[in-house]
Amino acid sequence: MSVDTVKQPNWFSRLAHPGQFLAWSRYLIWPLGIATALSFAIGLYFAFFNSPEDYQMGDMVRVMYVHVPNAWLSQLVYGVMAVSALGTLVWRHPLADVANKAAAPLGAVFTALALYTGALWGRPTWGTFWEWDGRMTSTLVLLLIYLGIIALWRAFDDQLKAGRIIAIVTLVGALNLPVIKFSVDWWNTLHQPASVFTASGPHMPISILTPLLVMMLAFTLLFALLQVVRMRTEILRRRAETLSRQAALGATK
Amino acid sequence: MIGEGAHFEFIAWAYAGVLVLTVGLIAYVAWDARRVKARLAALDKAGIRRRSAGARS
Repeated sequence: MSVDTVKQPNWFSRLAHPGQFLAWSRYLIWPLGIATALSFAIGLYFAFFNSPEDYQMGDMVRVMYVHVPNAWLSQLVYGVMAVSALGTLVWRHPLADVANKAAAPLGAVFTALALYTGALWGRPTWGTFWEWDGRMTSTLVLLLIYLGIIALWRAFDDQLKAGRIIAIVTLVGALNLPVIKFSVDWWNTLHQPASVFTASGPHMPISILTPLLVMMLAFTLLFALLQVVRMRTEILRRRAETLSRQAALGATK
Repeated sequence: MIGEGAHFEFIAWAYAGVLVLTVGLIAYVAWDARRVKARLAALDKAGIRRRSAGARS
C-alpha cells in the first residue's frame, strides 16, 4: 500500500485523541476560570444592585437569576450527554464516554439546584414548595435519571462496556427532555410558560433580561470549565488504572 | 437594588444554597483531579509508567 492511500485521521479525530485532548485542553482552564469569575461578578452585581423589582413578585424575581440558569443547565448538560452517547454508539469516539461520565454529576447538581431554588421561589409566589405538576415532576425524573447514570458508572469495572450500556440508557432518558420543555404547554401547571426561549423572543424587560442572560452565561462557563477538568481527570484515572493493572500482572508473573 | 422585603429569607436561602452546592462541586472536582494526579505521580515514582512516557524520558 502506498503512503498516499493511507487514510490520515482528520483534525477532529486528532484533537479528540485522549493524549491530544490532554495537551490542548490545559490551555482552556485558566481562560475559562477567569471568564467564569468575571461573568459571576457582573451577573451578581446586576442581580442584586442594578435590576428592578418585579411589579408582581417584588424582590422574589431575584431568585430567577439563579433558578433559570440551573434549570437551563440541567437540560443542556443532559443534551451534551445524549450527544456523547451517540458518539459512543455510532462513532465509537474515544472521548465520548469520558464526556458522558464527566458530565453526569455536574448535571445532577445543577438539576438539584433548579429544584431547590424553584421550591424556594414557589413558596411565596404559589403558596407551596412543591406540586406534582408536569414541569416539576419531569425535572425530578431528570434528577433521578442523572443519579441512575452515576450509579451505573460506579457499578461497572469495565468502563468500555459500561460506556455502551450507559449510552443506551442516556438516549432513552433523553425522551424526558421534550417532556420538560413542553410540559407547561401540554398540561395545566402552576409553573409559568416559557418566557426566555420562545419563538417570539424573550417576554421580559431588558432590565431583568440582562442580569438573567449574564448569569446564564456565568453558569454555562462554569459547566464548561468543570467539564474540561473532569474529562482530563477521567482520562488520567483510566491511565492510572491501566498502569496499576499492568503492574499487578507483572508482579504475579 | 435589593431590599429586606417580606420574602428576603427565601432569596437569602436560595442564594446560600446555590453558593454552598456550587462551591462544594468546584471543591470536589478540584480534589478529585488532585487525587488522580497524586496517584499517577506515585505510580511514576515506583517506576510504573507508560512505555511512551519512558521512551521520552
